[in-house]
Amino acid sequence: MSVNTEQLFDRQIVTQISQSQEEPTWMLQKRLAALDEAAKLSLPKLEKTRIDRWNFTSFDPYRGEEALTTIDTLPENVRQFVSAEKEDHVFVQKNSSPVYQQLSADLKEKGVIFTDIATAAREHGDLVQKHFMTDGINPNEHRLAALHTALFSGGLLLYVPKNVAVELPFQALFWASGKGVGNFPHVLVVLETGANASIIANFVSDEDSDAVVNGAFEVFLGDNARLSVASLHTHGEETTEVAYRRTVVGRDAHLDWTVGDLNGGRTISDNTTHMQGSGSNGEIKAITVGAGEQRSNITSTFHHWGTHTETNIVARGVMLDAAQTILNGVTKIEKGATKANGVQAEKVLMLSPEARGDANPILLIDENDVQAGHAASVGKIDPIQMFYLMSRGLSRRQAERLVIFGFVGPVLDTIPFDSLRERITDVIEGKLSS
Amino acid sequence: MSTVPKLTIKDLQVSIEEKEILKGVNLEVKGGEIHAIMGPNGTGKSTLAQALMGHPRYEVTSGDVSLDGEDVLEMEVDERARKGLFLAMQYPSEISGVTNSDFLRSAVNAKRGEGNEVSIMKFIKQMDKKMDQLNMDESFANRYLNEGFSGGEKKRNEILQLLMLEPRIAILDEIDSGLDIDALKVVAEGVNGMRNPNTGFLIITHYQRLLNYVTPDFVHVTMQGRIVKSGGPELAERLEAEGYDWVKEELGIEDETAEQQA
Ligand SMILES: Nc1ncnc2c1ncn2[C@@H]1O[C@H](COP(=O)(O)OP(=O)(O)OP(=O)(O)O)[C@@H](O)[C@H]1O
Ligand SMILES: [Mg+2]
Repeated sequence: MSVNTEQLFDRQIVTQISQSQEEPTWMLQKRLAALDEAAKLSLPKLEKTRIDRWNFTSFDPYRGEEALTTIDTLPENVRQFVSAEKEDHVFVQKNSSPVYQQLSADLKEKGVIFTDIATAAREHGDLVQKHFMTDGINPNEHRLAALHTALFSGGLLLYVPKNVAVELPFQALFWASGKGVGNFPHVLVVLETGANASIIANFVSDEDSDAVVNGAFEVFLGDNARLSVASLHTHGEETTEVAYRRTVVGRDAHLDWTVGDLNGGRTISDNTTHMQGSGSNGEIKAITVGAGEQRSNITSTFHHWGTHTETNIVARGVMLDAAQTILNGVTKIEKGATKANGVQAEKVLMLSPEARGDANPILLIDENDVQAGHAASVGKIDPIQMFYLMSRGLSRRQAERLVIFGFVGPVLDTIPFDSLRERITDVIEGKLSS
Repeated sequence: MSTVPKLTIKDLQVSIEEKEILKGVNLEVKGGEIHAIMGPNGTGKSTLAQALMGHPRYEVTSGDVSLDGEDVLEMEVDERARKGLFLAMQYPSEISGVTNSDFLRSAVNAKRGEGNEVSIMKFIKQMDKKMDQLNMDESFANRYLNEGFSGGEKKRNEILQLLMLEPRIAILDEIDSGLDIDALKVVAEGVNGMRNPNTGFLIITHYQRLLNYVTPDFVHVTMQGRIVKSGGPELAERLEAEGYDWVKEELGIEDETAEQQA
């Protein structure tokens, strides 16, 4: 698919994507409006990362896939990301198509919805229309948001009704496979008042994939709701990924976000949360490991609107080879958000002379009666520490490994999912030993 | 290994940032022997210790060091350690996020080699025992390596590593500084417990008080980057009582530090 200066993609294609999934008219209209905007809007402005030559538009906008009869037909390197015991809640998407879904009858009875967006849009139109690209991500924010709106395919809706608590995490897997594919899933999570749930989303690709991934995550937490959400990205070296995530948090609600940006390729990762309701608290843990010539720009943002809102951002980046990352943390306290408290810490560890990193803590405070704090550091591995560890018999590699895991520990150790912690550990191990 | 360990240092010269600190040190330490090194501040004692272990900032400009006949200076730091060299450092590093027990287990396993790793249960039992012996609170096992440890706690932790790793040649750099009286006794007991033909000690100290508990076989005095005098335990006692002036006088030395040209 080549780039057209007038229109980035053909209206016909967008219409086909929508109609093949029997989407409601409003959704098609929204797609087409965004397509028009996409041509006019510019790319997002990122702190210290040039993205004007990244590929965001050259890919096959729709690649349908057959549904899986059983999840065990997935290749092992993909299959390993999800647990699919009888009681598990699982959603798998390959390229443009949801190919596997599993939700217990018990949860269905309680009114929990965990299904692909197209089905959700048909069966729960009002719910989807209310939240899809409205108060979370605005389709007109920039070209990439507009492109996502126009071309998204698959993705899911997780809806947990009032006061329903779900013990086991919902698991989603988005798999980009083959050459020239685009992977544009949209994940929408809505927790009603007092609901309690957790979700882990894995974004993976084949090792030789050159996929363009432009996914979106929108999360809405009602009053008193509690959500742990984790998003783990392990795309291959030739891929380009754009991931915008927006969360709106209600009164006294509790949010725990983990983002593992462990791609091998170019990455834009933006995680922005609006602390709308008073007394809510939120935490973002972000971890990234870069290798090769990789470039990444990772931003974690909390906007405090409600009073007594508390937030914490902890970000760690480890850069190997000639990789470069920009780690941004933004704590914005709006006028009127009295007694708010926002803290953040970003740290980058560089393991080679060619690696680069930047940690930018930003506090923007428009209210007097608040607390806020930040810390940031960028440094190389300390040769004296290495000497100390090696003087006890550890090889250079083992010593580095200890220092690195010690460095990412504050993020890793607080991840509320054991399986995810192990998975991230494995991915980091893999990056270190390649 | 069944042979008695032997560390041989021949005419060792060491520079730091182009500045010559050690100007020819000769010493032999064998299993079962305890050597004490004393000397005024800045005369090169730590330099000797660090250079033997392979500290990256110290450059060996000339001389030979061998352990059991093998060339130590050719070895990477970790290889020296696996061959049985150990240095309890004057200022141990702090490593955030790495627990003391994870680190120690990695070190024990590195020495044992792949395929011969110690079981976790057995390791924990051993560590508990040694920590008990050193009057270290259990909580130190799960604290980050030396992070926020007091001076004396760091020293005790160095000795814990010594006891766990059972090196062939142990170099202790001012292990007694910062220790309270009780800790000093505990550390001395630890050293005495390892006093056997399988381990040789090189103990750097300023004070007789450690040597009261750990009687050395040999005492050496450093000045101007060399060992200028050697003797038995009575030499340490005299230094404690009289200081270094008489040594300087005897040898015609005016400024004792390593910086001064001899
Ligand atoms: N980075 C450096 N640059 C220049 N000189 C240095 C450097 N590091 C150490 N030195 C010098 O090397 C000399 C020997 O230092 P060393 O630490 O070996 O002394 P020491 O005998 O262990 O003293 P102390 O009893 O105080 O521990 C000192 O004069 C010291 O100032
Ligand atoms: Mg010293």
